Amino acid sequence: MNRLRELLLRLTGIFRKQRREQDFAAEMDSHLQLHIDDNLRAGMAPAEARRRAILTFGGIETTAQAYREQGTVPFLETFMQDLRFAALIKPLPYPNPSRLVNVTESIPMFPRADLSYYDYLDWKKMNKVFSSMDVYTGMGYMLTTGTGVELVAGSRVSDGFFKTLGIAPILGRDFYAGEDLPSAPKTVIIAYSTWQRRFGGRKNAIGQTIVLSGMPHTIIGVLPQSFQFAPRNNAEFWAALNTQNSCEKRRSCHNFNGVGRLKDGVTVQAALADTTAIAQQLERQYPDSNRGQGASVVPLSEVIVGDVRPILLTLLGGATLLLLIACVNVASLLLVRSESRRREIAVRGALGASPGRLMRQFVTEGVLLVAIASGLGITAAFSAMQLLMRLLSKDMLARMPYLQGLGLNHRVLAFAACVALLAVLVFSLTPILRLSRAKLREDLNEGSRGAGGTLWRRLGSNLVVLELAIAVVLLVGAGLLGKSFYRLLHVDVGFQPDHLAIFQIVAPESSYGKDPQAIALQRRIISDISHLPGVKSVALSSQLPISGNGNTNWIRIAGRPYDGKHNEVNQRDVSAGYFTTLQAKLLRGRFFTDAEDESRPGVVVINQAFARKYFAGENPVAQHMGDTSLSPKSMVEIIGVVSDIRESTLDADIWPTEYGPINQSPDTYLNLVARTSQDEESLLPTLTAAIHRIDPGIAMIGETTMMRNIEDSPAAYMHRSSAWLIGGFAALALLLSVVGLYGVVAYSVSQRTREIGVRMALGAQRAAVYRLILTEAGWLTGWGIASGLLCSIAAATLMRNLLFGTAAWDAATLSAVAAVLAMAALLASFIPARRAASVNPVDALRAE
Amino acid sequence: MGDKADVWQGTLALMVLKTIEALGPLHGYGIARRIEQTSGNLLALNYGTLYPALLKLEQEGAIASEWGVSENNRKAKFYKLTRAGRRQLAREARNWEQTTAILARFLAPTDGPA
Repeated sequence: MNRLRELLLRLTGIFRKQRREQDFAAEMDSHLQLHIDDNLRAGMAPAEARRRAILTFGGIETTAQAYREQGTVPFLETFMQDLRFAALIKPLPYPNPSRLVNVTESIPMFPRADLSYYDYLDWKKMNKVFSSMDVYTGMGYMLTTGTGVELVAGSRVSDGFFKTLGIAPILGRDFYAGEDLPSAPKTVIIAYSTWQRRFGGRKNAIGQTIVLSGMPHTIIGVLPQSFQFAPRNNAEFWAALNTQNSCEKRRSCHNFNGVGRLKDGVTVQAALADTTAIAQQLERQYPDSNRGQGASVVPLSEVIVGDVRPILLTLLGGATLLLLIACVNVASLLLVRSESRRREIAVRGALGASPGRLMRQFVTEGVLLVAIASGLGITAAFSAMQLLMRLLSKDMLARMPYLQGLGLNHRVLAFAACVALLAVLVFSLTPILRLSRAKLREDLNEGSRGAGGTLWRRLGSNLVVLELAIAVVLLVGAGLLGKSFYRLLHVDVGFQPDHLAIFQIVAPESSYGKDPQAIALQRRIISDISHLPGVKSVALSSQLPISGNGNTNWIRIAGRPYDGKHNEVNQRDVSAGYFTTLQAKLLRGRFFTDAEDESRPGVVVINQAFARKYFAGENPVAQHMGDTSLSPKSMVEIIGVVSDIRESTLDADIWPTEYGPINQSPDTYLNLVARTSQDEESLLPTLTAAIHRIDPGIAMIGETTMMRNIEDSPAAYMHRSSAWLIGGFAALALLLSVVGLYGVVAYSVSQRTREIGVRMALGAQRAAVYRLILTEAGWLTGWGIASGLLCSIAAATLMRNLLFGTAAWDAATLSAVAAVLAMAALLASFIPARRAASVNPVDALRAE
Repeated sequence: MGDKADVWQGTLALMVLKTIEALGPLHGYGIARRIEQTSGNLLALNYGTLYPALLKLEQEGAIASEWGVSENNRKAKFYKLTRAGRRQLAREARNWEQTTAILARFLAPTDGPA
């Protein structure tokens, strides 16, 4: 009894891990405190008292581990973890992928922020939990080729990056230790596809020198063909980080992402605790730059596949429900068949077939049925996979490396086999169940019609209720997701997104690296483009709307007490015509002019969220602000308030944002946005041609329209795909369940033909017959819909992460689904009811 | 510490139960101190090893725990005996007495031929 109780508690202990850990930590704390108190009373010095208490306690970590193991079932725990991390998606293609973690700093606004170079160096040095820790960052390189310049995707990594991942080049060598220091010669490792495409797969590519953004780099290695690293998957060139840009020279500037390999026996939680402790120490050491900078350690797989998991789960859930409906349908068909085969079975039994022999018959039939269906299903799945893969763009595939090599592998086949086995079990059990209840003698009897239908009516009709309920769940799911998607696309973005053409411009550092050159280029671009026919206005910006929060600045408002906290706001540099081009509303003050450049005092326009957060009840215009130390160089005056332009994805919060004149901090990387009077897409080639006329050395990428940018944004993509997936499932479910209902009612009518004939012969009206049949169908439908609605509220609560601006119990969706299903069910039962009502009593009585 | 005995497997639970029975509701630290003192400081007990044992007893339903305040005003988790715990204590004490009695007979100096 006690053992049982213990086991039960340990099993449920899996779910209360967090609380138990906290509780135990508090208990250990209190224990040590009590002991220290005693020791102090015994006259020890405080340090000695503490040391002795810890010593007598024994290993704190060992105790915690023993406590943890007693608290739950260790084997089950690891199994659950495996299930959570591995089963849903194939593990990352590195040795021991479960030991790899994503290591970054964290701030309240961004649970996973970036890592600063100096913090990385300290973390790497001070941590006790990683066997190695490295960093990477994205980089767009201007590759000088024979025909001109080309913008290529690259990445800069620390020397041990590939070693940490456990990847070795197939040709050449990996980076030496220390090759990422400024003193080392510039070297680069290239991707396999780059080697094939740009160097013809020749061995002598190693040792060649290429020019990346004006700097010669030596190629030292080629990565394996199978190598993938989703966060920078399309990177062609992987350079060691041996030059530091201006951001990397400051501890307060964050531009890296970390990857760590955990030491044996170290858990992710332990690693997080260790890095958090280091972050806290750095916070004390460098309060200016590190205030509020915490740490984040999560499994690398979480970072790479975390986004897609909700979609996969929805897909899995939808498919399971659909499978259930299909099985129920087939099972009820089999039940009907077994009903009409009662006599056949009885005769076989009477002639000496053993129950085992009869069962074998059903199993054989089940196997045959499932085998044919599985064959068809797998063929269909194979072609569907091919088709779906072709629908994905190359960019999308680069972001979803786990889709590469997708196909019918042995795992899929094994899974299909399991499902098929289950189906065989269900389909052969149904008639067997029926058979075991059947009474041989009665079944042989001619007039056993009346009793025969009862089992069917009891079981078959309940099955239909189940089917209808599932259909409701899927329909409601589809409805809610569809509504969320609609809401998402119609969210107020704070500007007019139609008729906007956008692309990014990268000007060579060599010709435009100096500020006056860059400003001249910006002005030239604006004047040239705005004179093109079809262009109403044009503007430049450091970052486009709907691209993401980030690129932040720490501000401090002049003339106010300051507590040293980091007030983090989005920071954007935009040209004078930016707001008018986007058609964002000016709420207060003014926008800046083209004349406001570095020679004039600094000015900014802030958004509404900014005004709300930092100037509640005040007029922000004419206020001054600067960096955390209010250094004179950083001081700017707020000159206007603009409506909230959505900087991040559609479902993210709006952050306070400041917009400065791009002429006051010119850059060679620009985003161009042009408002057109005609179709914006058709104008894109004209726009890029105009830029190339200014300088053929300027590279451009990401030519698209703002509308498409919004529709393809990750949030929209996720909502759209889940809405479509569940929508498709729901349509099938509706069809199947209505067919199922039709089958039930039609069968019941056929069973009751004689009864109906008698009723009519005794004077029942046609209306009464209709009522009889429709009432029966109505009850089934009613139960189905009611239980379905309850289940769907539960299901919708489970997937509320996928919902946007829509409640799980959205009344409109629920009632619409109920109405649709009720209508469909009415139609499905009306046909058999009509047949019943048109029965000729004489024929019915004479039948059989 | 060389002359101190380690705690034998399985006896710790009995010591814990007996200690709580004798002293009433008590926190982990108190239990550990008491066990050490009762043994006449002959036992080498890592205080930490007590906690998994306490959790196991709690899961078995022999003891129950509750947060409270210690005699010198520290927050601490107090353990008290449940009715099932009393029964378990009586049973295990009996078993232990039997075992030691049997062993004592084996180990008693016999008056065999010298």
